[in-house]
Amino acid sequence: MSRKWSPQQLVDAEQGTVSREVYVNQDIFQEELERIFSRAWLFVGHESMVPNPDDYFVSRMGNDSVILTRDRQGQLQVLLNSCLHRGMRLCRYDQGNNRTFTCPYHGWSYSTDGKLVERAGELVGVPGFKTHYYGELDKKNWGLKSVAKLVNYKGTIWATWDENAPSFEEYLGDMKLYLDFALDHRDGSPGGSEMIGGVQKWRIPCNWKTAAENFNADLYHDISHRSVDVVGIGPGGKGRRDPTPHRVSISFKDLGHGLVGRAPYYEENPYTPIFANYPEVEQYYRKVYEEREKNLAGTMRVLHSVGTIFPNMAVHGRQPRTIAVFHPVSATETEMWRIYLVDKDAPQEVKDAARAYYLRYSGPGGMTESDDMENWCYATESSTGTIARMLHYNYQMGIGHAKPVPGLRGAVTTGEFTEENNRNYYARWAQFMEGRSWDELMPTYDE
Amino acid sequence: MTDTHLNTDHAFLLREIEQFFYREADLLDERRFDEWLTLLHEDIRYWMPIARNVRRDNRERERTREGVEAAWFDEGIQTLRQRVEQINTGMHWAEEPASRTSHLLTNVRILETSGAGLEEEVRTRSRFIVYQNRLDTEVAWFVGKRNDTLRRTDSGWKVLRREILLDQTVLLGKALTVFF
Repeated sequence: MSRKWSPQQLVDAEQGTVSREVYVNQDIFQEELERIFSRAWLFVGHESMVPNPDDYFVSRMGNDSVILTRDRQGQLQVLLNSCLHRGMRLCRYDQGNNRTFTCPYHGWSYSTDGKLVERAGELVGVPGFKTHYYGELDKKNWGLKSVAKLVNYKGTIWATWDENAPSFEEYLGDMKLYLDFALDHRDGSPGGSEMIGGVQKWRIPCNWKTAAENFNADLYHDISHRSVDVVGIGPGGKGRRDPTPHRVSISFKDLGHGLVGRAPYYEENPYTPIFANYPEVEQYYRKVYEEREKNLAGTMRVLHSVGTIFPNMAVHGRQPRTIAVFHPVSATETEMWRIYLVDKDAPQEVKDAARAYYLRYSGPGGMTESDDMENWCYATESSTGTIARMLHYNYQMGIGHAKPVPGLRGAVTTGEFTEENNRNYYARWAQFMEGRSWDELMPTYDE
Repeated sequence: MTDTHLNTDHAFLLREIEQFFYREADLLDERRFDEWLTLLHEDIRYWMPIARNVRRDNRERERTREGVEAAWFDEGIQTLRQRVEQINTGMHWAEEPASRTSHLLTNVRILETSGAGLEEEVRTRSRFIVYQNRLDTEVAWFVGKRNDTLRRTDSGWKVLRREILLDQTVLLGKALTVFF
């Protein structure tokens, strides 16, 4: 396919400009689906969506519907949700429990039971197999398409369609430490978080990258949230939003991931009460703070408020502790998902206080996020004009001022306010859009 | 659901409750949010669960569970007041320029009455259409059922509980900045 544009023309990371075509052009969007979403590691869901054998949850990867399911042997599987016969959407429920997936159209059925099939999603039932097909259909060749690689990382499920993709941990690099911070127990022990049931899903008229870059350390937009700071919707029900001590913007230069948080450190700050109005909740956070000090004594640790894992997932480590996914629908439409996290063994009052804070802060009803979406949607809309789309977005803040972050491979920081993170995000975007091989895409670090 | 289709004892009360709801709708559509807040009880529970597609035999999971799972809204008077206060700052950009809304309420039925005097409570069920229009072409239609509990106080009826059951799984609106 000959194209009128090249990734290098669209993204000039050195000068800090990105063509507006990147956010509104449907041909570019189509290439993103093929070159980024068909190859990168994508967030699919959480293990608590499918706790029991045969449980399933319908998710999305790029603009494809996929079924996340736990087979009878307890293994997680991610399968394309489209019948191999005539393409019918196989599973039309959002979640449930099924031994086999049977297509409503012509009745083909597929199984994930390792006792019946060699690989998950194999075609097991074909009405009229003997009579209409004369037993000649090669059922082994017409199983559901499965992802190439799948990983359960501390409860979060990730997958890629590309069998040549590096391991998930390599793909993450040291961004892993920040993902750990979100998924680990507040007392510092590994894992220990769970998702609150129910996923918020909503459609907004903006490009998916505009949402993704918002959490890649765009602290500069804080000014647009003045109204919530005036009102005071903090975790304890009043005051400003939860502050992050020693926060800086950190970018994993070669990988495109980035965050607002704290560089590696060894000693916790003194405990600051934030739930003063709720004694039981306050007591819990003080207790886990003290345990964290003990559990992590002398070891390197990090914390962060928000971060983006390339291409379309954001993980927020501190209150609100959530995961967001920006599913591409078209160049100018995104399906937003939000999933909320809590410590699995926290008392109910602690979970209730967290949930109340998450819902007044994030999601479509969130007093903070609703104003974000106003920005994203009208930035997209006003970039679609014939003259407007000839222009470029400006990402020039802090060019040439980034310094390495000790303790994190390939990470740089420019202090709190910078557009370094998003220059690197779009440089990564351009590398994928050029169609580079994984050897070219993945950095090597001296250990 | 209680069968009240032949119960004419409630005819007068029903008119009173309908008028209360229409007044609420007027206050909201005229953006008199501070006055609207005075119609809410101090102990109000304002809850809008998330709907999802589930199989016929799993209908009890069709909406997220109250007090346990996520929701679109799950809050009390304090957060509702903060939402109004946020609008009043003039810097809540998702409501600036302000939405034009029309709240349509219909199919109002009284399901149950209890208590008397200042203890009197009424449980109602109704349907709503909330039409939202902003800027040039931004439109959202929110349609669903509402289950309300009202309590009589010395300053009139107050909403003690509002359960908003939206008929959408994927929310087809860019944000929820309107009241229901």
